[in-house]
Amino acid sequence: MSEGLKLEWRPGAPVETLQARARILSRIRGFFSERGMLEVETPLLCGTTTSELHIESFSIQDRNSGAGGFLQTSPESCMKRLLAAGSGPIYQICKAFRVGEVGRLHNPEFSMLEWYRPDLGYQGLMDEVGDLLYLILKLRSQRRISYGEAFRRYAGIDPFRISLASLCRMAHENGLSGGKEADREQCLGFLLSLQVQPALGAGLTFIYDFPASQAAMARMRPGVPAVAERFEAYVDGVELANGYGELTDPLEQEARLCADLERRAAIGIAPVPMDKKLLAALRAGLPPCAGVALGLDRLIMLATGSASLASVLSFSSTQA
Amino acid sequence: MARYSTNEFKSGLKLMIDGDPCAIIENEFVKPGKGQAFCRVKLRNLKNGRVMERTYKSGESMEAADVVDLDLQYLYADGEECHFMDTNSYEQYAASEAAVGDTRKWIKEEDMCIVTLWNGAPLAVAAPNFVELEVTDTDPGLRGDTASGATKPATVETGAVIRVPLFVEIGERLKIDTRTGEYVSRVKD
Repeated sequence: MSEGLKLEWRPGAPVETLQARARILSRIRGFFSERGMLEVETPLLCGTTTSELHIESFSIQDRNSGAGGFLQTSPESCMKRLLAAGSGPIYQICKAFRVGEVGRLHNPEFSMLEWYRPDLGYQGLMDEVGDLLYLILKLRSQRRISYGEAFRRYAGIDPFRISLASLCRMAHENGLSGGKEADREQCLGFLLSLQVQPALGAGLTFIYDFPASQAAMARMRPGVPAVAERFEAYVDGVELANGYGELTDPLEQEARLCADLERRAAIGIAPVPMDKKLLAALRAGLPPCAGVALGLDRLIMLATGSASLASVLSFSSTQA
Repeated sequence: MARYSTNEFKSGLKLMIDGDPCAIIENEFVKPGKGQAFCRVKLRNLKNGRVMERTYKSGESMEAADVVDLDLQYLYADGEECHFMDTNSYEQYAASEAAVGDTRKWIKEEDMCIVTLWNGAPLAVAAPNFVELEVTDTDPGLRGDTASGATKPATVETGAVIRVPLFVEIGERLKIDTRTGEYVSRVKD
């Protein structure tokens, strides 16, 4: 037998799934078009990229000229520059790339649906996410639970007040290797993924108001404790979307980017350039807005009752 | 000893966990939104067979366990230990009673077994999935009763006692599934 016959060349998704995929994409475009939102496209290849500590960008370079850049992990920065330039409400369906994320619910190249609403707060945006999920998944009901309440109910702790020592002990007892020496974010991330998330059960659940340390690009709301206007949407325990009441203050944004870059240097991961164009756009004035990114492949997986991303992608990273 | 990073984890990989050799059964990549990635791993402790779950921070590395599976021929038992031989190199290995465990009741001399070595010494012995053994003792057979589903105990040549259909007689050879300890069929010569 020749090698060509043995190589697995067939797609990972059945044709029926690819047809369902196309129908879902068309309904999503219909949903946003009816709401008067503008579909946009922004570059996948940019000179800067996210400074998030736990998201790694592919860096590419031409072997002859040295020209290159970063493949985008999300279109967030460019879409905010469009908003600052007066685009009004916008949405985008695009590819995003993240190094090393491979698993049942991860593929290093994936499809993302991201949209921004200058006229909505983050609670209003949750309503819209619910409307979209009703359209695609026919989910009739939804729950909203704050981050603090979710931890109190499903992990039995107050994530804002618990001491680091107690948190580490709990992570260790629940099977986190090196849990005794873990930091606060590692323990909370571990408990969210392995205790809270599986306990959320079937249907749509929003978790909102995250700790300041996990604000990412969300604006803070003062209070005791101060919380970040950030939410995540889970369907049947699968993390599907992440949204913010967007940070619009250029000084605060610059301070966060600097802190990220310093932390990257401190733990020895590759530096990324400062996103100066985003900061310039914020200085010019990003209108108050809320934005959300939704994992399209995961949505299609849930809509078609498929078991993994690989079974809704024409070719997953191992087949591509 | 080599170390394996979480991005090399896959089922079958052997790691040292809390001083014991373990094999990965399942490996799941878990990543909370913006947070650190984890590998959630289901492991079997190769010394005692117990299954446990552990979660590793992505990028963490674990010491590899020097564990290999060899096809070895069972030679003989000398009371304390069972002796096995590599039929290619003629190298012999002595396995303790604890390592052989229940497998002992299914194997007879010259059978090929999968012997798991840890640091060069037998850690566990697995019988072939199916063995053929002769019945040395059972109540007289009920000829013709092939359908009632009733069973009776029978002792086979290795000393193991299994449930067999009523028609089975002394001197017959039986095919047995060692994973369940159940009778499969009679073996016609």
